[in-house]
Amino acid sequence: MPIKVLVAKPGLDGHDRGAKIVARSLRDAGMEVVYTGLHQTPEMIVAAAIQEDVDVIGISILSGAHMTVFPKLMRLLEEGGASDIVVIGGGVVQAADIPKLKAIGVREIFDADATTQDLIDGVERIVREHGRAAARTKLLQANAAP
Amino acid sequence: MIAQRDLARAISAVENGHGSFAQAAATLPETARTAPAYVVGITGPPGAGKSTVVDRLIENFRSAGETVAVIAVDPSSPFTGGAVLGDRVRMQRHAGDRGVFIRSMASREAGGGLAPTAQEAVRLVERAGFDVVLVETVGVGQVELEVVSVADTIVVVTVPALGDGVQTIKAGLTEIADVFVVNMADRPGANRTAVDLTHMVRESGRETPVLQTIASEGQGVDALFAALQSARGGATNAARAVRFEVLRAVRDRAARSALAKLDEPAARAIFASLAAHACTRRQATDALFELFFTGG
Ligand SMILES: Nc1nc2c(ncn2[C@@H]2O[C@H](COP(=O)(O)OP(=O)(O)O)[C@@H](O)[C@H]2O)c(=O)[nH]1
Ligand SMILES: [Mg+2]
Repeated sequence: MPIKVLVAKPGLDGHDRGAKIVARSLRDAGMEVVYTGLHQTPEMIVAAAIQEDVDVIGISILSGAHMTVFPKLMRLLEEGGASDIVVIGGGVVQAADIPKLKAIGVREIFDADATTQDLIDGVERIVREHGRAAARTKLLQANAAP
Repeated sequence: MIAQRDLARAISAVENGHGSFAQAAATLPETARTAPAYVVGITGPPGAGKSTVVDRLIENFRSAGETVAVIAVDPSSPFTGGAVLGDRVRMQRHAGDRGVFIRSMASREAGGGLAPTAQEAVRLVERAGFDVVLVETVGVGQVELEVVSVADTIVVVTVPALGDGVQTIKAGLTEIADVFVVNMADRPGANRTAVDLTHMVRESGRETPVLQTIASEGQGVDALFAALQSARGGATNAARAVRFEVLRAVRDRAARSALAKLDEPAARAIFASLAAHACTRRQATDALFELFFTGG
């Protein structure tokens, strides 16, 4: 079954060309990519990720708002009982902030030099490491009537 | 209302074959319902404005105090199996509303515009207590719109046709549409298209309403909502659904048996004579057809 990824672009800056390119590249690598468009708030992103039951949330960041967006996102995921969804980011993030983001649970930050192939490989590896199939089947096993 | 996470997971389970529908349904507490969910199919060509229409309809149903689930199906790439599911882009206004649940699904191997498990997803959101389910599917030329087997009412969304008129609307669509919408009525040719469609509907002996909307402005959507509400609970679509189910079953079975026969000696002989230029393509096709349908 294909990996399911949500690609979101928070913040106020006005174009989503990069996010769309990412979405299409992941699709071409065989993933199912939920694309939500521009100006996403952390609340919108988390609601969509939960309803769509994605494996990974990929946040495209350009605006420098990452130190407010990611903490809020991680908190909302936790509140929604969805901390098992992997969060990654891509774009322009100062090197000094990366350890801080990882400390709050952001799995990986792809910098502006990462190629789409880096991103595809990264998502595939992360999902593999994260043991996604197990997480997704757990529910049914736990609830299946004998 | 049930936890959205549980519902989302139950849908994934059926989508990914991690259990039967019954097992997935058993993970959701049964909600007390007074009536089955009202399932509305919204279909039409890519870019016609289906998601925008859905977004507006969500608002109408919510204002009427009803909860709404959306199942939006987009095509998978036949080459990579991947898909971009972009319908939510038009539905963002409802993000904070707990009475709205939106789920995108890739069609995966389904040919008729509806993911094989989308029907089960509809039944799961129904079980979770949603009053209304809007099912968006891409109808691309294919007449075998599987949405008929799940929807109570079907809306076919189209856009003003230039040149060719409504020829682009396949005859099969008049059969399944309960309501036609000519969206993008802000573009030239909308009236003409609506008139042509109305004629087409009449010729086939129906009275399907033909409405015009500018979904991006919300114009005309109230009339569509009213048409949906009046179709609701009316004449049942069970007969139509069963007819299509039967059609599909017959088609699947015929295709399977034909494919099996293609490997039999009689068929191979025909291919051999085609390869040897001993018959024309047309003759070979006819001979094979004969073989399939006379039990030969
Ligand atoms: N001019 C105009 N554009 C519209 C109208 N309805 C939708 N659109 C735009 O058409 C594009 C495709 O709409 P969408 O709802 O995604 O179409 P879908 O592919 O059928 O779901 C979007 O850019 C919409 O904003 C309309 O009535 N008039
Ligand atoms: Mg759409």
